[in-house]
Amino acid sequence: MAVTFNIPGALRQHTGGRSHVVIEPGAATVAEALAALWQEHPGLRDRILNERGEVREHINIFVGEENIRYCGGLAARADNGADITLVPAVSGG
Amino acid sequence: MGGSVETTTFINPKKGTSVLLVGTVKGAFLLSSDANREKWEVSGPHFPGRIVYSLAYDRRAGRQRLWAGSSNFFGIMLHSSDDFGRTWTNPESSPIKFPEDTGQALRQIWQIAIGREQEPDKMYCGVEPAALFESNDAGRTWSLVRGLFNHPHRPQWQPGGGGLCLHTIILDPINAKRALVAISAAGVYRTDDGGESWQSKNHGLTAEFLPNKYPEFGQCVHKIDRHPSLPERLFLQNHGGLFRSDNGGDNWQDIANGVPSDFGFSMVAHPHDPDTAYIFPLDREMRSGADAKVRVYCTRNAGASWEPLGDGMPQYNVYETVLRDGMAVDALDPVGIYFGTRSGKLYGSSDEGRNWRQILDGVPAITCVKAVMV
Repeated sequence: MAVTFNIPGALRQHTGGRSHVVIEPGAATVAEALAALWQEHPGLRDRILNERGEVREHINIFVGEENIRYCGGLAARADNGADITLVPAVSGG
Repeated sequence: MGGSVETTTFINPKKGTSVLLVGTVKGAFLLSSDANREKWEVSGPHFPGRIVYSLAYDRRAGRQRLWAGSSNFFGIMLHSSDDFGRTWTNPESSPIKFPEDTGQALRQIWQIAIGREQEPDKMYCGVEPAALFESNDAGRTWSLVRGLFNHPHRPQWQPGGGGLCLHTIILDPINAKRALVAISAAGVYRTDDGGESWQSKNHGLTAEFLPNKYPEFGQCVHKIDRHPSLPERLFLQNHGGLFRSDNGGDNWQDIANGVPSDFGFSMVAHPHDPDTAYIFPLDREMRSGADAKVRVYCTRNAGASWEPLGDGMPQYNVYETVLRDGMAVDALDPVGIYFGTRSGKLYGSSDEGRNWRQILDGVPAITCVKAVMV
């Protein structure tokens, strides 16, 4: 079992072009899963979190279909098999 | 100023010519010309879709290095290019970060300042939230200037409309211990000991939006420029008011004599004549060109009087805004003057403002214009 990250197009230069990154073994929380993701792809870290360790204002992280902002933030569960999607906000013009 | 603009993939400027660095809310553009500045080559957008508030060029120690601060949803990055934008660095990790103990997070890079000639590896960045960072290895690593960050005034600094930003860095070219910064809306601060301690230097500057019109700090200074060979002389565009200092900021005197508005964002000193400076006066309510015209105003007597320079630019029912870093001069003779607008137009004059032409139209809102010699 593992956690799968879905990487937005704008960040794939930091994953060697990969749209999906699988982290094994799975982590207990989103924070732990992200820490494992940074280990493999360090260029993602500063683009998702600020230096206070907070998710950037216009980035959303979904576990399955749940936005972690409303289910525990970075402490939200990321069970084995979880599908985690990193999504820039829909805004601007 | 006649001439033309040609789009190119990459500019290839020749030594001794001027290059324009144009930042916008959706990328940066680079323009190159010869000494006549009649025909421009333009490349871009570099960093498409990213906000570029700050651009700079380092020609010290044989470098030909461009710098750019960019931001979008995915954070704030500092990039450099040694080949005039053909390739840019895109660091894995942001080199400018607030230390953990500050509890702050970087929101924007407002200014990149190249250090003095005699300190070829020194650089500075002014950021939001208001703070100064310095590099001693030509931009590879950066550290927070604690002397300013720990200033006892800082908890009382208030953000202006653009945020609480340190947007102007003025280095004394001779005295390496002296530098001056401007913060909206905190005012002017100066160090005389290389950044260890900072003193507010707002004596004579107004804060028309506060009950006390002449506070020790809290002024919303929009831009300061100094004359290259007369470092004690500073020109300042305030949030209401035009000022000059002849003693490095110890005192400021009102020079808003004969301008259609004393409100504006930009302020540019002439590179050769210490009595000459340029502004773009704005209507206070509209924040656009005074009297609905596109006019630069120029003083040739250190602010005793100002005259409009608008030949070749729209003079009827136009509402153009020039932001604090939106105007620049080159160092050629005659001097070239350039400014960009929030509607995405770049105007230029190659004869010190007597005649103007539109160089660019239809680019995204322009945040900064820098004219550099290569």
